[in-house]
Amino acid sequence: MIYDTLIDRIRAAHDAREPLVIRGHGSKDFYGNATAGAVLDTAGLSGIVSYDPRELVLVARAGTALAEIEATLAEHGQMLAFEPPQFDVRGTLGGAVAAGLSGPRRVTAGAVRDFVLGVELVDGTGQRLRFGGRVIKNVAGYDVSRLMVGALGTLGVLTEIALKVLPRPAEELSLQFECGEADAILKMNQWAGQPLPLSATSWHAGLLTVRLSGAHAAVHAAHARLGGEPLAHADEFWARLRDHRAAFFATRHKPLWRIALPSTAPALMACRPELEVEEWIEWGGGLRWIACGAPPERVRNAAHQLGGHATRFSPGSSEAFAPLSPALAAIHRALKQRFDPQGILNRGRMYPDF
Amino acid sequence: MLTPAFIARLRALLPPGAVLFEREDLVPYESDGLSAYRNTPDVVVLPSTEVEVAAILRLCHAESVAVVARGAGTGLAAGALPVDGAVLLVLAKLNRIKKVDPLARTAVVEPGVRNLAISEAAAQYGLYYAPDPSSQIACSIGGNVAENSGGVHCLKYGLTVHNVMGLRALTIDGRLLEIGGAAPDAPGYDLLALMTGSEGMLAVVTEVTVKLLPRPERAQVVLAAFDDVAKAGAAVGDIIAAGVIPAGLEMMDKLAIEAAEAFVHAGYPMCAALLLVEIDGVNEEVSDDIATVRAVLKAAGAIQVRTAEDEAQRLKFWAGRKAAFPAVGRLAPDYYCMDGTIPRSQLPYVLTRIAEMSVEFGLAVANVFHAGDGNLHPLILFDANVPGELHKAEDFGGKILELCVEVGGTITGEHGVGVEKIQQMCHQFASPELQRFHDVKAAFDPGRLLNPGKAVPELHRCAEWGRMHIHAGRLPHAELPRF
Repeated sequence: MIYDTLIDRIRAAHDAREPLVIRGHGSKDFYGNATAGAVLDTAGLSGIVSYDPRELVLVARAGTALAEIEATLAEHGQMLAFEPPQFDVRGTLGGAVAAGLSGPRRVTAGAVRDFVLGVELVDGTGQRLRFGGRVIKNVAGYDVSRLMVGALGTLGVLTEIALKVLPRPAEELSLQFECGEADAILKMNQWAGQPLPLSATSWHAGLLTVRLSGAHAAVHAAHARLGGEPLAHADEFWARLRDHRAAFFATRHKPLWRIALPSTAPALMACRPELEVEEWIEWGGGLRWIACGAPPERVRNAAHQLGGHATRFSPGSSEAFAPLSPALAAIHRALKQRFDPQGILNRGRMYPDF
Repeated sequence: MLTPAFIARLRALLPPGAVLFEREDLVPYESDGLSAYRNTPDVVVLPSTEVEVAAILRLCHAESVAVVARGAGTGLAAGALPVDGAVLLVLAKLNRIKKVDPLARTAVVEPGVRNLAISEAAAQYGLYYAPDPSSQIACSIGGNVAENSGGVHCLKYGLTVHNVMGLRALTIDGRLLEIGGAAPDAPGYDLLALMTGSEGMLAVVTEVTVKLLPRPERAQVVLAAFDDVAKAGAAVGDIIAAGVIPAGLEMMDKLAIEAAEAFVHAGYPMCAALLLVEIDGVNEEVSDDIATVRAVLKAAGAIQVRTAEDEAQRLKFWAGRKAAFPAVGRLAPDYYCMDGTIPRSQLPYVLTRIAEMSVEFGLAVANVFHAGDGNLHPLILFDANVPGELHKAEDFGGKILELCVEVGGTITGEHGVGVEKIQQMCHQFASPELQRFHDVKAAFDPGRLLNPGKAVPELHRCAEWGRMHIHAGRLPHAELPRF
């Protein structure tokens, strides 16, 4: 019934060429470019469809709250290993997958796209489609499921998602070290190249924090090897970073940028002093959150010169994402044209021309 | 047939010896690892640089000549089978390791670099490249990307798609695509995922950036014998339910065990089913997990549980598993290797059905699985010299794949569709999904010149094959030569 309504609305919008704004909890409304249109609410498409802990596979409708999924998994000692952010302590599975955002554990466990096994979606013509499946290894056909991850709903409205889940580690311990930015980046990279049970890394305001996850003996052996000061209330520390509740994110006065760089790229504060950034580093050096008042062009150029790209993470009307090369842009437009020929789904949210 | 004038233009683009067109030079390229499908190529080109590849593609595009890309030719689905009137683009000479960055834990390599060569180059830094298909000595990374290759360590370390960070690739009209890279979460759509496993249908890969991992401190393997296949299957789920993710979790049935033991004397007990459970990681973690796994296996009814006493014994336990295919190959003149994936819970049912079908078809089957991720490799034994047996083996294989789809699985876990499983694609996907696959193809290659006729069936062919199933006795792919 609820599917029929969804499909009817998309077909009607397709026929009338009227844009739709796909929305679950709206926790990531700020993300991407502003988009206009009638709201298509997916929060009603809710509920876990199947979950067998022995298979490490969970299937849920797109509007299911992340909190509900995580609670269910926790009852069986399992978790979403990509630690999706829950901004404002909200967020749906569909939103997490469509936005393609992962949390601190991504540095070793993998990104949201690494855990998506299959999706069901309704494309911009109102066609219901299923791709991938519920098994871990599957190479039949193109990987359209993963194509949907991070596509911001511009290729289809996700209705159901199958995910690989993992056991929760038996124990976690977070350690802190006082050190400067360049030293922190070096340490993060060096330690990642050693057989250590690392599951998250962070550097902010002169403090390097690393999380160790695994069997009790393994975590404590690594502690003995690395040293550092154990962090109390570590779960809250990582959750506040993941969900941007930490003061750096919550009370800043300059626009927030998400800078993705090769993990060994030099310290931004030292190599780009003119940007006057405040910074929080994650993912072994690969993700640098900066609060920066410099013009967007300068931020983008700095990221590009260092081998990465910048995403504006504060609300804005356009150009949230780094521009694509003409060859890649042409393929993006061609894919959009096939999945959403009238351009009705989240029009302009990713790039202005589609 | 390609004209002599076209071949002359190809030769003008490349150094001497890089264009093969004499029959005796072409024969080695007539099949990939699935030699039941053969077709002599019209012409083979062996470029050594991205610039040469681009020039070849631009010429083919301008002349509307199809191109089939090929790496080391170890594929098992006839994905690199030559197509009449097409250029066979062999990327084996693009074999340079451009960079190994030990601090960033990445390697930048050309597509013709062998899978194992990456780990060998990284070994001096205590790093390695995780996906390890059984052909890793020979298979190339470009082919791994094309097939999204797996191996025995997928459950813990993922497939190729989880271990590749970036690609340079050329479209059929010679445009360069720079996809992903050393920085995470590239902007735009995840074309890296789309390219991985695309079987050479979208673009030609000319450079791959891969992730390297630190070598685990320790690896240990436990062998468990069962008197019943279903019990072994259930034990697999029990290990995972206990919160352990083994690095490798392999299963062999009676016929496979006997063949392997006779072949390499791995010290396997004679039993109905055998599990090999490898745990790797930090020293203390391995000790903990081994204890858990041993307890779980005993509780699951294993009649024997043995932990490898030293590295030599660990390698010996693995030698039997790794030699399973050639060992089974000694039992019959030919075997046909299938590659379905199923939810693990369906393992006992699927094994029972395969055993029943084995009786129906009158062909023996040895079963070797990547049990941890539900990836089955039933090996159907037959004799191609007995008229009709190849056909029977293919029919049987097709039925196994359809069974995998019925229980919620897939027709291919890691070998790809190629030519071999193109009919079963009609079974797994409905027309709207197949149409979207064609749409994806068209976004990259609107003229459909890259690897035509592979991986995704034409919708009208699905309808024809549907009818063909009724008219039994016709060989699938009658247009293909058989030997």
